[in-house]
Amino acid sequence: MNNYKKDFTILRNNPELTYLDSTASSLTPDSVVEKINEYYKNYRANIARGVYKTSEQATEEYEKTRQKVANFINAAEKEIVFTSGTTMSLNMIAYGLSNLVGENNNIVTTAMEHHANFIPWQQLAKNKEAEFRVTNIDKQGRLDLNDLKNKVDKNTKILTFTYVSNVLGTINPVKEIIQEVKKINPEIITVVDAAQASPHLKLDVKNLDCDFLAFSGHKMLGPTGVGVLYGKIEKLKLLKPIFTGGEMISEVTCQASTFAELPHRLEAGTPNIAGAIAFKESLKYLKKVGFENIQKHEQKLVKYTFEKMKNEFGDDVKIFGPEKVEEHSGSISFTFKKYHPHDIAAILDQEKNVCIRVGMHCAMPLHREFLNVHATARLSVYLYNDKNDIDKFIEGLKRIEEILG
Amino acid sequence: MNIYQEQILEHYHNPLNQKKIKNPTHKSCGNNSSCGDSLCIDLKIEDDKIKEISFSGEGCAISQATASMLSEEVKNKKIDFVKKLNKNDILKILELELSPARLKCALLSLETLQKTLENETK
Repeated sequence: MNNYKKDFTILRNNPELTYLDSTASSLTPDSVVEKINEYYKNYRANIARGVYKTSEQATEEYEKTRQKVANFINAAEKEIVFTSGTTMSLNMIAYGLSNLVGENNNIVTTAMEHHANFIPWQQLAKNKEAEFRVTNIDKQGRLDLNDLKNKVDKNTKILTFTYVSNVLGTINPVKEIIQEVKKINPEIITVVDAAQASPHLKLDVKNLDCDFLAFSGHKMLGPTGVGVLYGKIEKLKLLKPIFTGGEMISEVTCQASTFAELPHRLEAGTPNIAGAIAFKESLKYLKKVGFENIQKHEQKLVKYTFEKMKNEFGDDVKIFGPEKVEEHSGSISFTFKKYHPHDIAAILDQEKNVCIRVGMHCAMPLHREFLNVHATARLSVYLYNDKNDIDKFIEGLKRIEEILG
Repeated sequence: MNIYQEQILEHYHNPLNQKKIKNPTHKSCGNNSSCGDSLCIDLKIEDDKIKEISFSGEGCAISQATASMLSEEVKNKKIDFVKKLNKNDILKILELELSPARLKCALLSLETLQKTLENETK
């Protein structure tokens, strides 16, 4: 058994459960759950407002996570804004920058985006009558870097793209892309969707040199409902707060309001306090395991899955995304014969208690316009998975043939 | 519960009413955005009755089998009867219990059929 499984009550209590859907949401280790409880049981109060000890303790715990997140991605504390997750972060960036986009501008993104990093920009472009440009991918689901360089020009206001594809498993060369586009247009604002990168790769925003970066806690062993919006401080200042209200102000009169300093002006209202407080426990867990070990472990499992699927089913299984294991993150999307992905997932669940995701994985343009499939099935591995999980998945696939013929 | 019962599999492998009908009086399509299923239905309605029905589309075993079974069920039935069909009638036809996610697959054909009734050609 994988050593990490013991840290997760859900896996200890359900030894027959095979969870292969961490790309959608990861499991949560007990240390994180205990930290959530600690807040509710011991210092349950609102933050930043109270002058009593309990509130101060909650505030301190909340702000300590900000510090830990900043260290985790090599940023400054005031560059870290807490949100409800990647979707909210990306929407806050898109709407927050909207005044900077005009009809002569264009916004560039890619074909492999999750809807969360696609629709906000598509709508922004539409509202501002700006051009919306979608970069192509090659046959193995890798970004067409030449096409990207052709799509970016002096009028490109924003380039937004994912670090790791949630469908294809492609890992994009973020640093290189940012260097290249800044040569074409030094003024370009770069936004990175790191939702699928943060659970698996060491993030270093200084090294990547991105202007904005977004990710979610719940995909990296953390609680649901807490996410991060990172921005270089001078770029963060460009964001118009789209939520206004409590705790984001400096002074309010009947006629006008002035806003608080960053990052608080972008955190209106009472946040997910317990979630943010416990989020640092998941960072601690990830740090303890180490990203090098996580990657090594995942690559071993991806390699094993590729080999098993090929050996057992040959060409009946079609895997999307990069063929080389080292280019492929832990998300493996596939089709199996003529079987509909929904049936694949239902039978895996019914027969073997294996959880996978099926459908379009919130990437409809990718499926319809680039992969030309109605839907795919996707398994994804994380640090608590092992070869037994893959074996059970393979056995489940065999049952599909037996049941559906 | 095993939802892949013999009856379902029979309709999945050999769906009925997939042959195109000539000069349909009503046409419409529907889709299920979460899983990518799509379904189109053609009808020939005479004297407020469904005289002919055909469907085509892509979908899982549940959505395909339901379309096949429902299309048999509504043949020669009054429009008013079809308009009143609901989730429980579908589950009765299928003789199944379904989770909310799979219920969506099963209901795609009913929703599309009821939409088609409103959608006269020409």
